[in-house]
Amino acid sequence: MTALHSIPMEHGLLLAAALFSLGLFGLLTRRDMLFMLMSIEIMMNAAALAFVVAGSRWAVPDGQIMFILILTLAAAEASVGLALLIQLYRRFKTLDVDAASTMKG
Amino acid sequence: MNYLPLTFLAPLLGFVILAFARGRISENLAAIIGVGSVGISALTSLCAGWQFLHALPEGGSTVITLWQWMSVGNFQPNFALHLDALSLTMLGVITGVGFFIHLFASWYMRGDPGFARFFSYMNLFVASMLFLVLGDNLLFLYFGWEGVGLASYLLIGFWYQDPANGAAARKAFVITRVGDTFMAIGLFILYREFGTLNIQELAVLAPAAWPVVNGVGTGLATATALLLLGGAVGKSAQLPLQTWLPDAMAGPTPVSALIHAATMVTAGVYLIARTHAIFELSPFALQCVGTIGAVTLLMAGFIALMQTDIKKILAYSTMSQIGYMFLAEGVGAYAPAVFHLMTHAFFKALLFLSSGSVILAMHHEQDIFKMGNLRKHIPFVYWCMLIGTLALCAFPLTSGFFSKDEILHEAYLSGHHSLWLAGLFGAFLTGIYSFRLIFIVFFGPERWRATSAHHGHADAAHHGLGPKDDPHGAKTLDHHIPLAVLLVMALVGGFIHLPLESVFPAAEHGAEHGPAWIAYLPIPVSFAGMFSSWFLFLKRPDIPAALANGGFSSYIGRFWKSAFGFDWLYDRLFVKPFVWAAEVNRNDFIDWLIGLIPLSLRGANSLVAATQTGNLRWYAFAAGAGACALIAAVALH
Repeated sequence: MTALHSIPMEHGLLLAAALFSLGLFGLLTRRDMLFMLMSIEIMMNAAALAFVVAGSRWAVPDGQIMFILILTLAAAEASVGLALLIQLYRRFKTLDVDAASTMKG
Repeated sequence: MNYLPLTFLAPLLGFVILAFARGRISENLAAIIGVGSVGISALTSLCAGWQFLHALPEGGSTVITLWQWMSVGNFQPNFALHLDALSLTMLGVITGVGFFIHLFASWYMRGDPGFARFFSYMNLFVASMLFLVLGDNLLFLYFGWEGVGLASYLLIGFWYQDPANGAAARKAFVITRVGDTFMAIGLFILYREFGTLNIQELAVLAPAAWPVVNGVGTGLATATALLLLGGAVGKSAQLPLQTWLPDAMAGPTPVSALIHAATMVTAGVYLIARTHAIFELSPFALQCVGTIGAVTLLMAGFIALMQTDIKKILAYSTMSQIGYMFLAEGVGAYAPAVFHLMTHAFFKALLFLSSGSVILAMHHEQDIFKMGNLRKHIPFVYWCMLIGTLALCAFPLTSGFFSKDEILHEAYLSGHHSLWLAGLFGAFLTGIYSFRLIFIVFFGPERWRATSAHHGHADAAHHGLGPKDDPHGAKTLDHHIPLAVLLVMALVGGFIHLPLESVFPAAEHGAEHGPAWIAYLPIPVSFAGMFSSWFLFLKRPDIPAALANGGFSSYIGRFWKSAFGFDWLYDRLFVKPFVWAAEVNRNDFIDWLIGLIPLSLRGANSLVAATQTGNLRWYAFAAGAGACALIAAVALH
């Protein structure tokens, strides 16, 4: 705990923001659905990190509780996402999400 | 009294059964249901009337609340029946006369492809009319009012294959709707001012709120009374909304007898009598009622003098007699007006049914100048028609005599001498035009033979009437009984006395009677009319013929025959401009204007739909950009 205390909150938040931006960038640039899912995982972890940093700043356990919640959420998201991925592959024989743009208005 | 709802439930049930079983049941069964339901209704009203008259309830009326109709805020009208001497009179006329007309109709309409349909509409009419007279609030009354309008429309256009009948039905519907709109506005004012449409409550509230000062009513009272009068004028075919009634004769003759003579057209008289408390608050409106009645009765009398269609003569005569009732109400003589309504229902129904019998005997000929000497061929119908006409002319001791005499007497005593003179002159006219009908149809030469001669001898067997096709009367009981009963009622109906005084205020002149000659004057006047008729149409038929061929007099005659040109005037004033406006507005400007709303919505829709590319990364970018924009907005604030 003392080790974390020595790190300023701003640094932790900046790290989280950087991770989030990387994830977002990956999400927007990748066409392969598997990589897009991984990018989303990174963005979620960035958000979770921000919670932990904030929790430690005010010395309350809420941040870590939120972290566990987000971890659960990520697991659920991954399972749904992977199920969609399998369906995508079965129907279009590819993992390219641009191929699955038939629902355009 | 708890069985009173049966009076309208039976015809309503009959209507439902006949409407749904149409074409699947035999004529006899349809007649049993159609006539029987009104028979049950008549028996019920007889019992109710007996009970009512035996133990006159406190205040002269009973109210039977069936249920609360609706509850919207403070507006909570009940579905309640109000029985007093006035509604009892109407109840008796509607179900009693109605039953015999239904019975006659089962003879008259036999063989018509729409037999069951006819009786379903007739039953609907009876039920609606009973709603109208039994309702204890004006909303209920209005419900019945519109119901009879619908039934009237359906029955005028009953033989819908002929477009002319459809046009007549539409005309009747639209013109009465004009009056109904006035009436509806009148009801809105009443509700806005008093928060209730219950007639008894209004009769208490209105005089307190709208006092009559120095013989002048408040503006609102006058407006309301005039609006209600508008509704009455439309329904009762009085000036200036009278033009629909002659055209309404396009319906089958029993319909003319029931709806356009005995009951529905007198609904206006009933409305004024029922809301007399409001009319009393506006002497000006009452003056209007009397004047409209007087003018209508004279005008319709003149028009009837020139008609050649047997049913149109009777239609104008009906208009004229309702004019008498309006005149009576205008001078505050409500009880005589309702009394005349009742006796008129008897003799006019008799006249219409007899004319139906004449028309069938003449093989659907309605022109009186193609009839003649019919008393030799259909003597029973001749006697019915004669008695009905005598009652119409107020021949002493017939039913019409008592009521019309009472009206004229009251008009004189109330000081409205011009109205009295108009009524007296109307009695003279009545004598002429009604006996003209009798003399031309039942006396004189057998003109139908002349018409068949025109066609040539070989043709006569097919088109004209050969000797074999001489007019012959019906021989069945369903034809004779209604005529016989109505004949008796037309003779003795004047002796029926109902305690109408309990409903209406006493006449202002008190027990004063005036000079005795006033009471007897109508008798020589109507005799003079009958005599002139005999002289003009039987003794010297060359005089009317010469007048018809004369220059100026023929012009006047044509003007009268065209009903004073009202149809022409309304055609120029309302129909033509409306058709013109419709032509101009063929593309429907308003519709186009309203069409802009869906058009703009559709444009916006396609705009938003264009953003739905189906491209997942584009969505993600949009979400990210949105988040960035939000953060930027918060950060920069």
